[in-house]
Order: sequence, then structure tokens, then C-alpha cells
Amino acid sequence: MRHEIVLLVLILMLLVFEIFTKTEQKKSLIYLALGLFAIHTISGFFQSTDGVLFGGSYRTNELIHFFKNILNVGVLIILLQSVDWLEKVAHYNKLPEFFILLFSSLIGMYFMISSGDFLMFYIGLELSTLPLVALVAYNSADIKGNEAAIKLILSAALASAISLFGMTFIYATGGSIFFESIATQLTVSPLAILGLIFFFSGVAFKISLAPFHFWTADVYEGAPIGITSYLSVISKGAAIFILMTILFKVLPVLSVQWKDIVWGVAVLTMFVGNLFALRQNNMKRYLAFSSIAQAGFILMGIINAEQLGASTVIFFVMVYIFSNLGAFGVVQAISNATGKENMDDYTGLYRTNPMLSLVMLLSLFSLAGIPPVAGFFGKFFLYTAAAQKGYYLLVFLAVINVTISLYYYLLPVRAMFLRKSDDAIPYFKSPVFMRIGLLLAIAGIFVLGLYSPVYNYIEELSKLL
Amino acid sequence: MNFSYTILIPLIPFVVFLLLGLFYNRIKEPISGWIGVAGLTASAVLSYFTAYQYFYNTPKVDGVFQTIMPFKINWMNFTDTLHIDMGILLDPISVMMLVVVTTVSLMANIYSTGYMKGDRGFTRFFAFLSLFTFSMLGLVVATNLFQIYIFWELVGVSSFLLIGFYYEKPSAVAAAKKAFIVTRFADFGFLVGILLMGYYTGTFDFAILNDVNGPAINGTVVQSFMGMSVITWALILMFMGGAGKSAMFPLHIWLPDAMEGPTPVSALIHAATMVVAGVYLVARMFPAFHFVDGGTAQHVVAWVGAISSLFAAIIALTQYDIKRVLAFSTMSQIGYMMLALGVSGYDGHEGVGYMASMWHLFTHAMFKAGLFLTAGSVIHAVHSNLMQDMGSLRKYMPYSNIVFLITALSIAGFPGFSGFFSKDEILIAAFEHNKAIFYITLLVAGMTAFYMFRLYFSIFWGKDTHYHHTPHESPWSMLAPMLFLAVMSIVPGWTQILPFTEWLAPDKAGIHWHLDPVMATIASSVGILGILIAYIFYKKPTEYPAKISAAFGSLYQWAFRKFYIDEVYTFITQKIIFQRISAPFAWFDKKVVDGTMEGIGNKTASFSNLIKGIQSGKVQDYAFAFIGGVIVLVIIVIYML
Repeated sequence: MRHEIVLLVLILMLLVFEIFTKTEQKKSLIYLALGLFAIHTISGFFQSTDGVLFGGSYRTNELIHFFKNILNVGVLIILLQSVDWLEKVAHYNKLPEFFILLFSSLIGMYFMISSGDFLMFYIGLELSTLPLVALVAYNSADIKGNEAAIKLILSAALASAISLFGMTFIYATGGSIFFESIATQLTVSPLAILGLIFFFSGVAFKISLAPFHFWTADVYEGAPIGITSYLSVISKGAAIFILMTILFKVLPVLSVQWKDIVWGVAVLTMFVGNLFALRQNNMKRYLAFSSIAQAGFILMGIINAEQLGASTVIFFVMVYIFSNLGAFGVVQAISNATGKENMDDYTGLYRTNPMLSLVMLLSLFSLAGIPPVAGFFGKFFLYTAAAQKGYYLLVFLAVINVTISLYYYLLPVRAMFLRKSDDAIPYFKSPVFMRIGLLLAIAGIFVLGLYSPVYNYIEELSKLL
Repeated sequence: MNFSYTILIPLIPFVVFLLLGLFYNRIKEPISGWIGVAGLTASAVLSYFTAYQYFYNTPKVDGVFQTIMPFKINWMNFTDTLHIDMGILLDPISVMMLVVVTTVSLMANIYSTGYMKGDRGFTRFFAFLSLFTFSMLGLVVATNLFQIYIFWELVGVSSFLLIGFYYEKPSAVAAAKKAFIVTRFADFGFLVGILLMGYYTGTFDFAILNDVNGPAINGTVVQSFMGMSVITWALILMFMGGAGKSAMFPLHIWLPDAMEGPTPVSALIHAATMVVAGVYLVARMFPAFHFVDGGTAQHVVAWVGAISSLFAAIIALTQYDIKRVLAFSTMSQIGYMMLALGVSGYDGHEGVGYMASMWHLFTHAMFKAGLFLTAGSVIHAVHSNLMQDMGSLRKYMPYSNIVFLITALSIAGFPGFSGFFSKDEILIAAFEHNKAIFYITLLVAGMTAFYMFRLYFSIFWGKDTHYHHTPHESPWSMLAPMLFLAVMSIVPGWTQILPFTEWLAPDKAGIHWHLDPVMATIASSVGILGILIAYIFYKKPTEYPAKISAAFGSLYQWAFRKFYIDEVYTFITQKIIFQRISAPFAWFDKKVVDGTMEGIGNKTASFSNLIKGIQSGKVQDYAFAFIGGVIVLVIIVIYML
């Protein structure tokens, strides 16, 4: 519970601070929030408490605690990368909003992954989504942002309604909303399967699995880049974690059915993400489809349904968080400095901004799964997880998709490194917070790829799932 | 004893490399040189301290030096037995190599502050030198085959970077490529060997592989291929990697061309350290080489070493480029080390070959680095590599003259110099175990003395050459390391006679050294004979050399052209492999494979265009797809499965 309480206190402190500062000093709120959140992130690593609260609807253990820490690190990197944008773009009176909404959403994620019953899960789900809608429309003068927000809220409402519907079916057949009771009482029946599918589609919406992914590209493109990063890594990561928990631990009875669903959705998602990514020029849309494809890969780990699957999925999510944040960070740095967001604009970037190009290169290599960066091991472990249970066809289709993805992941690399351009983006100096953010992401990619005790640690923790 | 500080020995050069590499625009000459020298000094001092602690302050158990692993992390875990570790292993030979590598590297660094003065790539050069030193130190302290392989490749990369340092010069680029490709080809064998070894024995760890009762040696692996056990195959393939790095026949062709690099690089990498990596590898795996299948792999090592040694000495007789002469002499001396390992027994006095090889490695590193640095000093002064352009340089360059004379006497095995002592041991080892190899060794010893003094007299005596501008002695930054190495070409020989030193058999027990008077007389008279002939031929310009070469006729031409080995390779690769094999494959690849792939690519792209319309941007369509997806899933799962 410490994570939630600390973050809540943090929100309240920001509120109080906001009341007592003059408008022209509001800017200091950025640094205050950043500093406090950094302390929260670091202190999260020191203590972990196990236990159950509210009669079983809230639970925590070392694994959940660790996953919250991962989310914290991700959010910290996003905040670091967004400082420059907040300083420049945001209206000072709206600054507190940004942090309060973002942190509220994060609390929602905490509750969601700590949930012990469907009620807490649903509260977490809603709490994490609703502030995000406001954040997507944060720049209220931007029409694209507003459109994105409307699309998000409509889609989210639909998804959450269907998901809630599914939960009621599961309650009807299992006789309880508590995860532990459902796991023992549920039996296979058409109604339960219906509940499973409805519930699955709601979470699949958050992870943006095909065919529940359509909102993704539009929203990613319209939202401020910091929020896009948040949607693509934090929101997705938390949803994957809870989906995995519920499928493994709550609905093992239906595992024959949900494995089929996961199989089909995985293949569809990989193909849809990769094929659509081929033709994108806007970097945010491009990364949106890439992240859809990545989610498809993650399902390969889930289909394993055992501890190996859990540890590979968590490891891959970590890799994915760092790699995606590296890529989004560069997009944001360039967008902040020049306002350009298209792949064509990146032509010849290596000659003018070698460091940014290198960060982008490493992140894309990691996403594509080229050794020796972390993404390679992440994908490799996922293949192992699927192959271990005999899903060779799935692995084969995944390999085809990796080949397709290699093509479009190398497109920006080719533009940046191999092409010359007379009107390349001129050299600019990234602000110091942005550099730290990018450095953290790259450090993450390397540490995960080259330092194997991390994986061993996750493997140990995943027994707690 | 706590040796945990040894991790700093490789790390300091690495940090220097990062510092110079990342800020090479900001750090200017001569600061970067000082940083390099300071880093290496720290590493060298730590190495000496380690050596002192290890040899004098670490108690031996049953008269055997202990293997110490002060640092070890588990890097990748496959199974409980098969894992890849990174660590530091201290045993007599690795400690000795630490001293050699840091000393020669320090000397090369100091020398380069003078030699590279004013070069545009000054900082880059020092960054690469540090990268090389880091890789070489990592290789030396490796605890397992995989670690040695990783650093092996890193050493190859830094060698590539340094050979091609003058990248505007096409010949330097070509030489760098050649070195890289030839050694890569050899490393392929190495990697296959490692994987075979790991697969069949279940470990990469040296301690287990060299354990006399371990899975590699005790005969539990029974698989065989073409009449030899897989372990022997693995060892021979690993030796192929070693032969590539150590320029053994027939994989030696890159070494002469590698002389395109700056001279300090030749001294450090292509004379003293990297090229002996192959010898070190064999020594590291010595018990396996010796015991598996009665030493089949060891015989291969012995004969490859002996043939290379003779082959290179013959070529060296005929070359005019002074660095090339030295390159072939390096190859010949490494052949010595290999053959000494090849004829060595395991314990007690039987292990004299092993000891001689390591001992020669040490002395050779010193005198050969001294020779190269002096050659660099001469080239620096004359602006030419060719012997014909030199002569009578003793008048202008007194110190270089003395250093060259001392180091040449050392390599020629003149009594009292360090080369004399180590070469003597090799001769004894060869004499006791393999007479044929012994005669080759003796012949090579005479030839070595002859061609070294041919070089010496032609450079420093001989004709009175008129120079465009008067050659002048090199600055002290270059002379100081040369003089140090000259001293090191004498002194280490004598320490061996002192009563408290002992040398090591492969079982790591000490053996006391004793001079064999008969062998010493034979060896030194052969050496002195070689020197005398060179004296008569080249002290003053005479017509003897022309007559002799004319008498040998085509044989001389063959040797001068390095036995056309390069041409053979060119013929095999270009005429046979490229034309007969690659060209049809290329056609198949271009038309069939690429055609198919491009077809798939184009189809994918057009398909991707086709489905673009689905993403319409209308939220009601999205909702429709969402609900539709759910319904389809329900129908499939409930009714169809």
C-alpha cells in the first residue's frame, strides 16, 4: 500500500503548493514534482511489503512491488523527457493538472495490478483511463488532441462496458468476484466463456491488441508526446501484467479456450501492427503500430501459461519500456526543438545530431530484436516460452513478422545514417533533463541485454505470480 | 592473499579508451598522450605488484602454484554446468603475461608521444592503443574459453583499427582488411572448436577442461570423427584460431602487410603481444593438448611451429623492407614458441619445453619490441622502410645503433643476452623429444643470426649513403623506451641463474633451471657463425650477396616472393572460389532468392496499401470493429472449437 499512499500524498502536496505560489513561480512546480517523484521511485526499491488488505480485494507481494517500481522508472523517464515541453508549451495555470492527472492515472495502475477481486480491478481500470483522456486533450487549443481525446473516451467507454459485462458473467457462473474463489469455483460453460471473451476484449483494448486497437494510432498521433509514451509503455505494461495474472491464476479452468483466443489474437495483432507500420511517415503513428506489433509478440509469452511465460513476459515488458522510451524520447526531443515529427525530416540526422541518432538507432535495434541489445534476448525468451509448449506454428509466424518489422525498423536508420540531406535538422543541444531521460533508457537497454542477473531475479520473482 | 584489485588492471585502459574516444575532439595533443601513458603506468605498476604478491607472497601448496580467481561473475546461464562467466584468473603464465603486456604497452605509449607528434589522429591513436591494451589484458586473464573468444575478437578489431590507422593510404586499408579477413577465417575454426568443446564436455571453464580427471581428458567423450576423437578435433580447430592470430603457416600472410600500421603498433601488437595470443592459448589449454589422444593435437602444434619457423626464416633472408624482415623474424620466433610447446612433456623436467616457450615469449616480447621501436626511430629519421636507402647511420644515430645492436645480439642468441638463455632451453626441449625438429631449430637459429646482422650492418654500417637531409637522433621520448627495452634484452636472462628463481612445468610445480654447457656451445657457435657471415657480407659493400643470390637463382626468387603464398591465395579466392563457385551462387541469389524476396516484399507493400482503408479515422467504425471482433471470437470459441 506504500506506493499508493506516497503517491497520493505527493498529489496533495502539489495541490497545496499550487495554491500558495504566484503565477510566475508556478514553473518551479515542474522541478518539485520531478524531484518528489524521483525520490518516490528510488525509495520504492528499498522496502517491499507482502500482504492482503480489504478482505482480499487488495494484495501485494514482492513481484507486484517490483512491477510497480518498473512502472515508476518508466514514468520518471517520461517526466524527465517532458520537462522541456512543459516549460515551453504548457500554460502555467495548467501545470499542476498535468502532474495530478498523470499521478492519478498511475495510482489507478497500481490498484489494477494489486487487485484481488474484479471490483478493485475495475476501479483501477477506470481510474487509470479517465485522467488519461484529459491528458490527451491537455493542449485544449489543439484540434487533433481534442479529436484524439474524444476517440479515446468513446472507445474506452465501450471497452469498459463490455469488459464489465464479461465480469458479471464470470460472477454469475463462478459465484464470486474474488480471484481466489473464482479460480476454484468456476466451471467451463458457454456463459463463462462469453464472460472470458468480453473481459478479455476490455483488457485487449488497453493493450491495443487487434481488432481492439483502432483507437491507438489516432490517439497516439493527437496526444502530446509525453502522454503518448505513457499510453504506449506504462498503460500497456500494467494491463499486460494484470491480464497475465488473471488468465494464469483466475481462469486456469478456461485455459483451453483462452489459449486459442490468445493464439489467434497474437497472430492477428502481429500482422496488423507490422503491415500498418510499413506505410507510416509520422513517427508517432509509426511507433504506435510498432507498439501494437510488440504487444502481439508479448502474447507468445502469455500462451505459455506457466512460470517461464510469466518471467519472459515481465522481462520483455521491461525491455519494451526502455526501448520505446528511448525512441519516443528522441521523437520528443526533435519535436520540441523543431516541431518536426515525420520520418522524412530525419534524413541526414546523423551528420548533424549524432548522439540523438545513436539513441534512436539503439532503441530501434532493441525493438527489432537485433543482438546484442536487450530486445534480442527479450524476443528470444518469448520464442522459447511459446516453443516450450509446442506452439511452433506461432513461433514461425512470429519469425516472419520479425522479418517484416526489421524492414520498417531500419527505415529511420537508413534515413538518419545513410542518406544525405541539404535541409537536415540542424544541430541543437538537448536540455539536460532530456539527456538524462535518454541516457536512462539506453542504460536500461544495455543493462537488461548484457547483465543476466536481472533476468535471473525476475525468474525468481515470477514464482510469486 | 586478496587480489581483488587486479580488476583495475584491464579496467584502467578501458576507462582511458572511453575518455579519449568520447572526447577525442576536445582532448588535444599532447594531453591525450599523457593520459594514455598515465593510465598504462598505473596498470603496469599494479601488474608488477600483482606479480610480486603472486610469486613471493602467496604460499604454494605441495610445491605447486595455486590458481586464484579473485573475480568471477556468472554472465549467462544455460544449464548448471554450461554457463558463460567473466572473471580474472591468476596463475603463473597469466601473471607473466600481465607484466609483458603492460610493460610493452607502456613503452609503446611513451614512444608514441614522440613518434606520432603532430599527427592529425594523435588522440584517436592513443584511444585505440588503450582499447587494444584493455582487450589484450582481458584475453590474458580469461577464466574460460568464451571469455577468451570475446576478447580475442576485440583484440582483432583493435588490431584492424590500428593497422588501418592511416586510412587515407589505400595500402593501409587493404592491409587492415587482409589482416581482419584472414584472422576472422581462422577464428571461425576457433569458434567451432569452442562450441564442439562446450557441447561435448559441458563446460567452457579452463579449470575443468585442463583437469586431468575432467571430462575433456579422462576419455568420457567417445564420439569420434574421421578416426580422431571430437576433443582432438576441437583442439585442432582451436589451434587454427591460434595459428591465425599468431601468423603460423599457412595463415601468416596478413602479418607482413600489417606493417602498414604505425611502428609502435607493430612493436606492441604485431611483435610482442597480440601475435603471441595463439601461443598463450595453447599454453593455457596445455594439459588438454598434451593428454587427449596421446597428444595428437600437440604434434600438429609442434610441426606447424617448426615449419613456420623455417619458412619465415628463409623469407626473411631475402627481404629489403626492414619492417618486413622483422615481421618474418617474429613469425619465425613464434614458430619457436609453438614447437617448444609441441615437444613439451607434462611434469618435472619433462616440462622444459613449456617453460622454454613461456620464457622465450617473455624475452622475445622485450627484444622484438626494442627492435621494432629502433626500426621506427630509423624510419622516422630516413623516411624510408628500405634497406637500400640506408647505410652508415651509426654516425648520425648513436643510441639507436647501440639499442639495435643489443637487441639483435639478443635475438641471435649471443651468450649473455636474454635470447641466448631462452633459445637454449628450446633447443634442449627439441633435442630431448624430437630430433628432426631439433635440426630445424638449429638451422633457424643460424639463419636468424645471419639475417638480423644483415639488417644491422646494412642499416648502421655498409655504404655511405647521401641523405637529402641529415638524419638526426630521435627525441628522448622515443629513446627512453628503446633503452629500457635494450636493458630488458639482457637482464632477464641472468635472473634465471640466480638461485631463488625457478621456472614452471605445465603442472605448475617449480623446476630449477640449469644451463646445459654442450647445448649452449652448439647454439651460440651457430649464432656466432651467422653473425660472422653477415659481417663479411655486409660490413662493407661487397659483391658476395649478389653472387650468392644469383647462385641460388630461382630458389632465391621464390623466397623473395615469399614462396608465392599470397599469389596462391589470390588464385584460389579469385579464380576458383569467386569465379567457379561464387558467381553461380551470386546468380542464383540475385535471380531466385532476391527475386522471391523482392516479390514477397512488393506483395507485402501492396497488401499494406490495400488494407490502409480499414483504419478510417471514424470512431464508429472502430466501435463496429470492436464489437465485431468480440462476436467473431465468441462464435469461433463457443461454436467452432
